[in-house]
Amino acid sequence: MTAPSTTTNSRIAQLNWRAVWAVAARDLKIIGRSRSVILPIIIVPLIMMVIMPGALGALAPVMAASGEMDDLATFFAMMPSAMMDQFAGQSDAQVMVTFSLVYMFAPLFLILPMMTASVIAAGSFAGEKERGTLEALLYTPTTDAELMVGKVLAAWVPAMIVSLVGFVLYGIVANVSAWQTMQRIFFPTTMWIVLILWLAPAAAGLGLGTMVLVSSKVSTFQDASQLGGMVVIPVVLLVVGQLAGVVYLSVPFVFLVGLVLWLIDAAVLWFGVRTFRRSEIIARL
Amino acid sequence: MSNGIVIETRGLTRRFHDTAPRRGIARRRTAEQGSKADSHGSPATSSGIVAVDNLDLTVSAGEVFGFLGHNGAGKTTTIRLLNGVLGPTSGTMRVLGFDPTTEGPRLRRQTGVLTETPSLDDRLTARETLTIYGTLYHVDAEMLPDRVAALLEAFDLGTRADELVGGYSKGMRQRLALARTLIHEPRILFLDEPTASLDPVGQRSVHELIVDLSRGGGRTIFLCTHDLIEAQKLCDRVAVLEQGRVVASGTPEGLAQQLQKGVAVEITFSARASQTVRTAAAQVRNAEVGWSDDGHVAQARLPIRDAVADLVAALVDAGARIYSIQPQEPTLEDVYFALHDHNATTGSLGVKQTGDHDHGGSL
Repeated sequence: MTAPSTTTNSRIAQLNWRAVWAVAARDLKIIGRSRSVILPIIIVPLIMMVIMPGALGALAPVMAASGEMDDLATFFAMMPSAMMDQFAGQSDAQVMVTFSLVYMFAPLFLILPMMTASVIAAGSFAGEKERGTLEALLYTPTTDAELMVGKVLAAWVPAMIVSLVGFVLYGIVANVSAWQTMQRIFFPTTMWIVLILWLAPAAAGLGLGTMVLVSSKVSTFQDASQLGGMVVIPVVLLVVGQLAGVVYLSVPFVFLVGLVLWLIDAAVLWFGVRTFRRSEIIARL
Repeated sequence: MSNGIVIETRGLTRRFHDTAPRRGIARRRTAEQGSKADSHGSPATSSGIVAVDNLDLTVSAGEVFGFLGHNGAGKTTTIRLLNGVLGPTSGTMRVLGFDPTTEGPRLRRQTGVLTETPSLDDRLTARETLTIYGTLYHVDAEMLPDRVAALLEAFDLGTRADELVGGYSKGMRQRLALARTLIHEPRILFLDEPTASLDPVGQRSVHELIVDLSRGGGRTIFLCTHDLIEAQKLCDRVAVLEQGRVVASGTPEGLAQQLQKGVAVEITFSARASQTVRTAAAQVRNAEVGWSDDGHVAQARLPIRDAVADLVAALVDAGARIYSIQPQEPTLEDVYFALHDHNATTGSLGVKQTGDHDHGGSL
């Protein structure tokens, strides 16, 4: 005996949005009061989006004056010519600022939405199993789709907020700290705007979808976080690829990476929805 | 489903095919596998887990129905099946006219489940908990704040309603979980071991609440418990579940009477009973009388109630000085352990049904 099959589209169309938002609001309240979830969401962006760019922007003229740029000449020689064209007419210090704050930090920035979404999703899916709070929720009249959408929103929306806040902070810190070197507002570039509006939401979706899948197999927040941490591998590849001169984060490239991630998101979330079945979950409680 | 019947199952079975351990479900073979293995003397195998086995159940509106069994007997799985959060392997069921398998969300708007553990979020306050669950249970947004406030007061949580649940005592958590169960005014309440973690004061409070909800509120209550005194005190009818199967059912009194044929009394004497008194007792027709070592107490079993008077008359005529006569009524606990011992000895499941509330040969 099985439940009648319904298409995903029809299930989404029949959602009771009051219930969906109640599920999301519940998760957000719980997450907001969880130190293990909130601390990394505050500390990591603070280090990556404020302290590191601030230090780099401020130290660039010092490093350029000390002759460090001579050593980096070999490094820049490996960079794609399209990227080097962006640096035409810039001083050594300006090249260093532009390369590090515009290009080097771009893939690192993706860690923010990915990490935020995956940490919250770990708390929301696996963490809820661990805390023993899921059973009462499963006895409510909410459908599987409403529960899933509510929990996805509870992870994805904060990830987007953290990304946007991080982006604004990063922009301010980058421009202020490097003002002495650049003498103009150089950030954001078109590539960063595409990244924040197109690629970052997809990256959040990847972190979220991966965690939904992982959480269906593990029972604790810690296990989910450890396994889900592998989601940063594409980011690491992007960083290494760019430092090795293999890839250059141009607007078309960022758009293409975003497209690939959205497709992966769709596949991962599709599998996630299939695993998020009340009867499967409760049978394992 | 008719005549006020709110729960009806026929041949309801839930089998888990994998061997992953699950809370509250004892690993066992099916009855068929069991008897086959026993006849060959072979050891048990882990060929499957049958949590609920061919369950026929009928519960009427307004009843307090006790579902008895030790841990792992299949009580929690039955609640999950009846609320449509778990699908059956085979069999049919109707709850409040709905098929839980296909109409789970609609059904759950009218049922409330108190889970075995309170399943509360420590990082929410009591007021937030009730408000969120009220929304999830589709309670009208305008009515919700008043209903939440009323429940908080009714369950004596009003003064700490805005504190995080993590700081609550066990009793407070259980009261909050019960309040949450009632937020949408369900027609059927499923209570899974509601007093298991409570002290005697908390237990009494929950018992009073169950009586109020049933007698006063007209709700049907499906009470899963292994507390036999609780079941005897609260339930109109009970079913005893063992290895996923119902092994006895009926009113608590009916089951007890079925277990004990005839009447048992304990007679205490003011002075040691003489040999004459003992001989007189032995001569009473169909009476079985046993004596304490000091001769002050006699345990008698008689075929009918009227025979008690015959025995007492014979004892008095023989010169006995009777201090008290105490009827020995069997309890639900006696029934439970008698069934358990019977099953342990024979390896079979002796299905018994009794009581004045039978529905078509099933529970």
